Amino acid sequence: MSILVGRDTRLLVQGITGREGEFHSHAMLDYGTQIVAGVTPGKGGQSALDYRVPVYDTVVEAVAQTGANASCIFVPAAFAPDAMLEAADAGLPLVICITEGIPALDMLRVYHVLRAKGVRLIGPNCPGATTVGEAKVGIIPGTIHRPGPVGLVSRSGTLTYEVVQAMTDAGLGQTTCVGIGGDPIVGTSFVDVLDLLNRDPATEAIVLIGEIGGEDEERAAAFCAAEVRKPMAAFIAGRTAPPGRRMGHAGAIISGGAGTAESKRAALEAAGVRVADSPSRIPSLLREAGVR
Amino acid sequence: MKLQEYRSKEILARHGVPLLAGEVATTPEEARGAAARIGGPVVVKAQVLVGGRGKAGGVKLAATPAEAEQRAREILGLDIKGVTVRTLLVAPAADIAKEYYLALILDRAAKAVTIIASAEGGVEIEETARTSPEAILRLPLDPLIGLQEFGVRRVGFFLGIPAELRRDFASVLRGLTDAFFGTDADLAEINPLVVTQTGELLALDAKIVLDDSALPRHPELEAMRDLNEEEPAETAAREAGISFIKLDGTIGCMVNGAGLAMTTMDLVKLAGGEPANFLDIGGGAKADRVAAAFRIILDDPNVRAILVNIFGGITRGDEVAHGIVEARSTLEREVPMVVRIVGTNAAQAAEILRQANLITAESLDDAAAKAVAAASGAPGSA
Repeated sequence: MSILVGRDTRLLVQGITGREGEFHSHAMLDYGTQIVAGVTPGKGGQSALDYRVPVYDTVVEAVAQTGANASCIFVPAAFAPDAMLEAADAGLPLVICITEGIPALDMLRVYHVLRAKGVRLIGPNCPGATTVGEAKVGIIPGTIHRPGPVGLVSRSGTLTYEVVQAMTDAGLGQTTCVGIGGDPIVGTSFVDVLDLLNRDPATEAIVLIGEIGGEDEERAAAFCAAEVRKPMAAFIAGRTAPPGRRMGHAGAIISGGAGTAESKRAALEAAGVRVADSPSRIPSLLREAGVR
Repeated sequence: MKLQEYRSKEILARHGVPLLAGEVATTPEEARGAAARIGGPVVVKAQVLVGGRGKAGGVKLAATPAEAEQRAREILGLDIKGVTVRTLLVAPAADIAKEYYLALILDRAAKAVTIIASAEGGVEIEETARTSPEAILRLPLDPLIGLQEFGVRRVGFFLGIPAELRRDFASVLRGLTDAFFGTDADLAEINPLVVTQTGELLALDAKIVLDDSALPRHPELEAMRDLNEEEPAETAAREAGISFIKLDGTIGCMVNGAGLAMTTMDLVKLAGGEPANFLDIGGGAKADRVAAAFRIILDDPNVRAILVNIFGGITRGDEVAHGIVEARSTLEREVPMVVRIVGTNAAQAAEILRQANLITAESLDDAAAKAVAAASGAPGSA
């Protein structure tokens, strides 16, 4: 069992012939991900990844020809909103957008359109999702995992790798690891992924990696308190970050008293989540909670 | 990116928001000339992006042009939270009868652009949120239909706008909304929006914060960037594609990824040290960007040690290590350097670093502890 991506994922890569898209598609194939199609407008009829993957001009054509059921997007920020809308329009149920630097107002529009169509969007500005031993969609290095019982959800990229590596080094393997992205407007929240991991029979424990800003972690804490009975550990980055560097007056109002690392830690601890001072402490907190 | 008050007002005026624009001055003489042209009492306002300029003496009334010149002399050159005042706005003074707060924000929780309004204007909205949250209206705009007449009415009635000013209020709210969407803002704020003794509705102060990701499609707004307000190092970092924020500690940090960069700072603090900066070198960093990052970090004389924390991921660790060694040989100042490289080819990376006499560390906790120890030793040791 797994969540979001796995053996049944038939992946389409938008931007497969670009520098990033090609590099990471190779790594995904090497991991064992089924990449069935690529899309680059104007390069339809060609092939990518050493002739292993056919390239199409449009997503709708790629889906019709290959039965793709998920898309991973590597196109530049100026074109990424259109790419997400195209994937949704072609009926793909899962879209994972790696691209960073997409204007927030563009993302608002995309968010609501994809939601209305029932499309699961992960990201943008995220490292993707990996179900260990089955499929990796995105840019999380395949080498850091080992199979095991822990599911992970994070807002960061390299910090996620840090925590996963620490778990793997300590002999604690993972089911699925999901990076939801650090932008203000992302398609999937902590709560969405926690809900999936909570229902996944293979996932026995859950790790949450958060950071300052917004109130997604506080909402996650409320969800954990109400719904999650699996052991949980968390780390929140940004205890020493200077306040107010990116937030205007009204931005701070969004968070009210929340939004700081301390308030997020307190909310999670009150919900029974073990909160680590350092990523390296996550494995021992999981052990204390009885995970093996 | 934050825009100065006079820039924000320029944009609002273009969208039909009524305000007393005034004139920009950079010398006391210019302030005097501006006051003379305006006629009557003026307010001389420091143009800085940091908060609390009023309390710091950056906003003063002047009854005459001569007095405006004198006030300008006092304010120019003033240090407000580390920023030297170089620009003033000289604007007609208004007799205030009533003050409101009105803003639009990108509301990440509501996944919408939200109007925030309060009849308690002139004070910081955070303060109102703390003391009387019920005095604040939050109205998320439907992404499909945006601001409609009923929304304008709802905000107007909530604020208790007098009947004879409702039409004017509609143009203020519409103008503010158009300015928000037209500039790709994160925040567009009027505080205070006032009713004068003579019954006029005017925006007395304004602030627009732009979405950095949207700036590439607004070159006219990028041109409004005030380099005087940025640390020179932050300007250099931005131009090199590095995300950098200067802090007050002694341990310079160079990390790939924002979350890991914040974590590295946190662990420095946990180990008993103080981070000198936040620095995210970004993905796929090459030797030239590593070199730029080192120069930016070492530009801060407080830095006594540097902690490099790179999770190579798919990037090869040995390439990063070579980049560090190369960049180091070009640096003018020698400080102890603790380098941790994890991921692909980490073993080769460690060997390269050892040969270059750099302090290496296996874990992040260990790296932070070593950096703190190195910073507390004599400069140039290790």
